[in-house]
Amino acid sequence: MRGAGAALLLLIAVGIPLAVRSEWLIGTLTLIYFFAFLGQGWNILGGYAGQFSFGHALFFGIGAYTSALAFIKAGWSPWLGMWLGAALAVAVGLITGHLSFRYGLRGAYFALVMLAFAEIFRVAATNWAWVGASFGLLVPLRGHAPALFQFGDKRWFYYVMLALLLAATAGVAALARSRLGYEMVAVRENEAAAAALGINPYRVKLTAMALSAGLTAIGGTFYVQYFSYVDPGIGFGPTNSVEILLRPILGGAGTVWGPLLGSALLGLLGEATRGLVTAHAGLHLMLYGALLMVAVVFLPHGVIGLLRRRS
Amino acid sequence: MSALLEVRDLSKRFGGLQALSGVTLDVGEGEVVGLIGPNGAGKTTLFAVVSGFLRPDRGRVTFAGRDVLGLPPHAISRLGLARTFQLAQPFPELTVAENVMIGAFAREPAPRRARRRALEVLALTGLGALAERPARALSVGLRKRLELARALATGPRLLLLDEVMAGLDPAEVEETVEVIRGVAATGVTLLLIEHVMAAVMQLCGRVAVLHHGELIAAGSPAAVAADPRVVDAYLGEEMG
Amino acid sequence: MTLEVVLTSLANGVMLGGLYALVALGLTLIFGVMRIINFAHGSLMMLAMYATFWLAAAAGVDPYLSLALTVPAGFAAGYGVQRGIIARVLGAPEHSQLLMTLGLALFLDNLALALFDADPRTLLVPYSQATVPLGPLRLNLPRLLAFGGALVVTGLLALFLRATDLGRAVRAAAEEREGAALCGIPVGRVYATAFGLGTACVAAAGTMAVPFFYVAPEVGGSFVITAFVVVVLGGLGSFPGALLGGLVVGVAESLGGLFFHGSLAQIGIFGLFVVILLVRPSGLLGTPPVA
Repeated sequence: MRGAGAALLLLIAVGIPLAVRSEWLIGTLTLIYFFAFLGQGWNILGGYAGQFSFGHALFFGIGAYTSALAFIKAGWSPWLGMWLGAALAVAVGLITGHLSFRYGLRGAYFALVMLAFAEIFRVAATNWAWVGASFGLLVPLRGHAPALFQFGDKRWFYYVMLALLLAATAGVAALARSRLGYEMVAVRENEAAAAALGINPYRVKLTAMALSAGLTAIGGTFYVQYFSYVDPGIGFGPTNSVEILLRPILGGAGTVWGPLLGSALLGLLGEATRGLVTAHAGLHLMLYGALLMVAVVFLPHGVIGLLRRRS
Repeated sequence: MSALLEVRDLSKRFGGLQALSGVTLDVGEGEVVGLIGPNGAGKTTLFAVVSGFLRPDRGRVTFAGRDVLGLPPHAISRLGLARTFQLAQPFPELTVAENVMIGAFAREPAPRRARRRALEVLALTGLGALAERPARALSVGLRKRLELARALATGPRLLLLDEVMAGLDPAEVEETVEVIRGVAATGVTLLLIEHVMAAVMQLCGRVAVLHHGELIAAGSPAAVAADPRVVDAYLGEEMG
Repeated sequence: MTLEVVLTSLANGVMLGGLYALVALGLTLIFGVMRIINFAHGSLMMLAMYATFWLAAAAGVDPYLSLALTVPAGFAAGYGVQRGIIARVLGAPEHSQLLMTLGLALFLDNLALALFDADPRTLLVPYSQATVPLGPLRLNLPRLLAFGGALVVTGLLALFLRATDLGRAVRAAAEEREGAALCGIPVGRVYATAFGLGTACVAAAGTMAVPFFYVAPEVGGSFVITAFVVVVLGGLGSFPGALLGGLVVGVAESLGGLFFHGSLAQIGIFGLFVVILLVRPSGLLGTPPVA
């Protein structure tokens, strides 16, 4: 039943660009998929393993900057740079994770230390001329060049993002049913009890960090190719960290469908309030802030939790 | 042949409190040993040290011939030494079966087989009917049973049970005694902290008594119960 | 680089550090009592700064006079935020509390953005550039006043916490959560009072910063991140630690600015933050948690 529903959704998602010629619709959906993808990345560490990162922009920025720099400075195709970025993000994730988990940092302390790591990268990027300093990086446009992750038609980006999201969601679904996934949840729910059952919490958290960092970095590469631009604030800034964690929390952290649901809801909300929001800068983030507070009080398990309780 | 668990001269101090002072204790393969003593005698501290959650100030712990002091809890668990917590620590968002699966992964890495093993253990511990309930919905008594099942699923050689009968009604105690007897019959060695004396008398071949962190007596249940030092220890305090 | 330049920078660092200490004091008070890291702390400061700015720009009220308004208003706002918002998640998991204050910060910062736009504003008062001689140095008057004001507010807070029943209850709550109820003062009121006091501190800091610091919607964000560094340095929940941490960070930032270009000095501060969090999360003066 659920499988049939998912297949139908997928069919619709694949068919939309063929049936509808609306740039607006394609663009909106692409961004919904994009944020859902980032949400899946955060979800592995924050949702399943229960380690709330307030600095996931760290990995996003590493992905965006690495592939853009590899293209600009060395002529690497971003398809390759994407993997380099993911590898670097995994490395940085392992280092920050090792430092945090080795010393038993938890909860607020972990959230803060991740925020601080992201800020270090933001300030460094702002002051480093080679990476464009405060101006950031512009990806030189080469017209329609699929081999260079550049497309003349936005529908290509749509399908690329859809494929990425599918892969990430299938991956998270598989993870949730795997030994590692159960171990992550056990560590989240009760670290001492997990350790007493033979689970090494440090290793489990570090693995979650690595997977999460790698996925998030791939999202960064997509962003910089889609918008052809990144700067230190967009890449590493705290606002970006909030954007990344908002959707999975709203939809339901630690569930396969939570990030997708959260992203879809926020996307719809964004479109519904677009007129208002474009007239006043800041209004959409104000809305996010209010939404976050409401979700924390009324939806401790996200919208998914609400749906499950009803059924 | 050395004992399965050897505790030698273990001491641990918390600030002004001497929780353990020179405790020496052996548990042989296949034995069921009771660990009793008034509240605050150091029983739970002893469990925490043996299972790797606490570092002692002094002493040695050997399990199956290996020095386990300094090993992290998960490594000790993997050697076949499992424990339950005095205050039950279920994974509240998981179902009862999933809770036990987490333990079963230690023996069966594949989820499908771990699940099968979990269901077997649940049947053995009388929790089979509750397999799909969320763990947070269980009563305190059943949470303790779940702790037992989860630890058992790791396939331990030695199982440390910390007051699994506390808060149970007589019928439940009787049931749990049967469960533990069944576990012992499969060859698992047991060391249990227990305040319910009737259960200790029924289950344990040997009893060790801790008082103010010191081991004051050890022997058969009848001999220990008649030991004047034990009687003093219990009379001096509130009966557990 | 002359000695005078270094000394001036040092003095500026100390004065700025006093202000940081006051911001951090509010944060650490709230943490000490409720174990909540208040991400919205800087946003409440930013609101006080805008209030001060507009009172001066539109009604001609001297910034230091407006303290009489912003400090009580800060207390009321903090009290209200605790009662209306934070109290709802006190029993919830820690991350719910973090997300709550994060949501509030996001809301307030962007409310200011929507109302006042992003342009930084600077208030020019006649004494903006006034200086006070100290030996070979000339100290900027508004900075000196902010430093002195920070000390006065800190002293008043200490007095309140020692000399009044409510204050003692707040301190008791910070030291022992269960103990607070024993004093006969409802824990809810103690929490709200602590949140109010913490916010009053940061409101005072904000108001006193206006004569020499720009006002913008995101200004609180930069202050609160510095305040995190300060409290973590000094030990979360430790009052003397907040004072010491404030001075250390103020001086480090000021001297760092002499040697490093632009905002690069900040990296050192964040680096210090990370190291302290990892190696000694209880801070320099905090008590390490008992295992």
